[in-house]
Amino acid sequence: MNTNEKYKLADLVVAHALKNGAKEVFVEIYDNRSNNIEIRDQKIDSLKESNRSGLSISLYVDNRYSSHSTNRMKEAELYKFVEEAINATRYLAEDEFRSLPDPELYYQGGGQDLKIFDSGMDSVDAKTKIDLATNALNEAYQKDDRILSVSSYYFDSISNSVMVASNGFKGESGNTNTGIYVTVSMKTETGRPNDYWVESSLFFDKLKTSGIGTKALERTSRKINPKKIASGKYSVIVENRVAANLLSPLYDSMTGSSIYQKQSFLIGKQGLPVASEVFTAIDDPHIPSAPGSRLFDNEGLKAVKRPIIEKGVLKDYYIDTYYGKKLGMKPTSGSSSNVVFETGTRNLDELIAFMKNGVLITGFIGGNCNGSTGDFSYGIEGFYIENGQIVYPVNEMNITGNMTQFWFNLKEMGSDIREDDSIRIPSLRFEGVQLSGI
Amino acid sequence: MQLKRRDFIRISGITAAGSLIIPPFLNSCKTVRLSADAESYLNHFEVTRGTLQKVISAAMEKGADYADLFFEHTLSNTSALEDRKVNSAYSNIISGVGIRVLKGDQTGYAYSEDLSLEAMLKAAKTAANIADSPGKYSPVNISEYQPPSYYSVKTSWEDTSIKDKIPFMQRMNDNMFDADKRVSKVNVYLMDSTSYILFYNSEGLLSWDYRPMITLAGICIMEENGRIENFMVNRSYRTGFEFLTNELIDELSKEAVAKTSILFTAGKPESGEMEVVMSAGESGILLHEAIGHAFEADFNRKNTSIFADRMGKKIAEDFVTIVDDGTLPGKRGAINIDDEGNPSERTVIVNNGVLSSYLHDRISAKYYKVNPTGNGRRQDFRNIPIPRMRCTYMENGPHKRDEIISSVKNGVYVDSFSNGEVNIGQGDFTFFVKFGYIIENGRLTKPIKDFNIIGNGPQALADIVMAGDDKTISDGSWTCGKDGQGAPNSMGLPTVKIRKLTVG
Repeated sequence: MNTNEKYKLADLVVAHALKNGAKEVFVEIYDNRSNNIEIRDQKIDSLKESNRSGLSISLYVDNRYSSHSTNRMKEAELYKFVEEAINATRYLAEDEFRSLPDPELYYQGGGQDLKIFDSGMDSVDAKTKIDLATNALNEAYQKDDRILSVSSYYFDSISNSVMVASNGFKGESGNTNTGIYVTVSMKTETGRPNDYWVESSLFFDKLKTSGIGTKALERTSRKINPKKIASGKYSVIVENRVAANLLSPLYDSMTGSSIYQKQSFLIGKQGLPVASEVFTAIDDPHIPSAPGSRLFDNEGLKAVKRPIIEKGVLKDYYIDTYYGKKLGMKPTSGSSSNVVFETGTRNLDELIAFMKNGVLITGFIGGNCNGSTGDFSYGIEGFYIENGQIVYPVNEMNITGNMTQFWFNLKEMGSDIREDDSIRIPSLRFEGVQLSGI
Repeated sequence: MQLKRRDFIRISGITAAGSLIIPPFLNSCKTVRLSADAESYLNHFEVTRGTLQKVISAAMEKGADYADLFFEHTLSNTSALEDRKVNSAYSNIISGVGIRVLKGDQTGYAYSEDLSLEAMLKAAKTAANIADSPGKYSPVNISEYQPPSYYSVKTSWEDTSIKDKIPFMQRMNDNMFDADKRVSKVNVYLMDSTSYILFYNSEGLLSWDYRPMITLAGICIMEENGRIENFMVNRSYRTGFEFLTNELIDELSKEAVAKTSILFTAGKPESGEMEVVMSAGESGILLHEAIGHAFEADFNRKNTSIFADRMGKKIAEDFVTIVDDGTLPGKRGAINIDDEGNPSERTVIVNNGVLSSYLHDRISAKYYKVNPTGNGRRQDFRNIPIPRMRCTYMENGPHKRDEIISSVKNGVYVDSFSNGEVNIGQGDFTFFVKFGYIIENGRLTKPIKDFNIIGNGPQALADIVMAGDDKTISDGSWTCGKDGQGAPNSMGLPTVKIRKLTVG
């Protein structure tokens, strides 16, 4: 379905819902095409092609709300689907806070070209993709006697959608994405360490295609024979690649639903310090060719650049229309776009070089955070650092603490942002972090 | 089970059957009579055996060794209670066919959401490209596999209206608010799903399944002197509407309020290595993370699992027998057939301390020259089947629970969990403890909460030094994620003691 056909179908479904008793309706129609290629030890392991489409509809019927989706796209079936959905909605309790967004807040058109769609992505042939994955694999394959297995992956994806709201919003969006991933596994006396490297891009021509296998091999080989060290307070550097993991409890606590459900440790903290002064992050939806860029969010709300945390002070939450009404707060958007951190002056190597002793965290495994209290504990792996040098790998340890205090231990932001991620976070340096080991 | 003719787009909420949208099943070139069950599934997907054979032939046209078709139609419904009322509902419908083509251990995969012959042939030709030589395939006679039924349904979720579900959700809410003045919020979620599966492969095997699933979850949030605590209770089974009873609701509400209350008195344990006693039931997460994944044969075939060279070796104490079982009636992890048409079974993976079997899909079973174990599972028709656990548990050991706890001088007792993870190669695994107790001088003392436990899989397995005689299967709503695919699981354990894990 092209964009016009999607709009046409969405309009028909909206009209049908209104005719059958819905007071307000929001419809999204989307499709996605993707390819995944896996090469293992120089042989194709799998080729997968995916073509999916679907429709989702939110219904507001007699002050009641429900939402539905289907991948059965025939018009007659969709009509019956909508009729049944409306009937089902009538059994629910009323909820005065449910409604479409205020039309004033919708994106009104005229936005810049965000350059997030590669129209040439569809014409890249299968052989080219297989060759890219094979070349990436060959950088590591048989390059070390201890290697057990090398796998590489090529992936690409093309997504398009239109959204239509019965109170005036219409919007279309499309984005593309492609990448190469290599993982290396090695045999050692104590286990089979593995690690990976990945490069991705919104544009096929801009995808970095070399060095991926080499980096995956290098990262794996330095993980051999890890140790567990004593429990205690440590200076810690968190590598940029995994630093966003530590943000997720913070982000979860900023959403309207968590605040309303009292599963947030940031309730009532707007305007107050929640982190040290080096922490400044802006939600910026308009960065050209960035994966989180958008003109409007999933409700059609106009995307706006805004500070989230400024010099450690919480400036704003992520509030959607529904929880905005329940909390008496202005909706900002219920989800993040690109989160851009203010950077420091030293990259990861320099941060390490200046550390007397401490731990570099390069991976997280499991763990969780209690949203209500902020208590957290996550499994980690990484390296022990002494006098500015990586001495040996560490594993089987936890990082633990409380999110309401943890971010005040942040002493320095690195300069090394990864631009292919929507969370543009550099490596982070903390002092006095509790690690559990022996 | 024979199907009634079903509507593809039924939404839970109304019970009146509408007119059929899809034109009725027309014809099939019958040579051998199919059973009424088989016919009913072909009818459901509007396909004939001729269609199946044409699509398989297209999938095999480039010289593949094998191909299969996985038809799926799934309807799911969620109702949600917030602010003391059931005031939102969600539903999802998917249907389509996944087409897989194998050449050696190489896989080609494509799917079609459109079940017309033309669309299916197109997907089949795409998947066929994994092989590259002109092949000869002649359709073979169809042989049916009528699966046993490990799940029973008296009233299907399709025949259950949302108005029948609401009173139970409301009761749970009211129970919790009535039980304790500190309760400030309650959320209740009821999620049901119904899947129709039809499977056909190039060897002529035809099979099918009807898979119900219900999950009920309640979150209790309490406030006391400015402190907030929350706890989630949940149950999940493969069954129908008869699952919902006042007794179940009352039991869950009680558990939610009691566990949330205790959290106000709970602290954090000391950091470091210590003895860990795992309670019977939910603690089966230990098996799932510490060893279950590492036993999945794809990781072993690819040589990346820490257990890849341990088959037949002694890896645990004599009293340790661990099973992955898809045949426990009504359990969330039960399956009648796996998603490659293989029978479900009870697979012993550790027998009296010796590694006795991996968990196989078709590719790995062929690689290891063993029979499939019925572990080839997939999230849905859009995904390739891979080895997955079903219900993983440990059989009873020789000790008593009290004896186990009293043997610990300083340690922790862990009871409820939220999530876990494992690194297959290095063997590191974690699970996050929502609730437990400190053990001091053989007695449970102070409640503890919200901490991670990390260990090494093979070491932890070898370190199971005591096991109780109180094996319990958890009926929690466990969903396991692997390669981006979710799969429902169950797990279970008797009380066990592990010599040493890192806590904190």
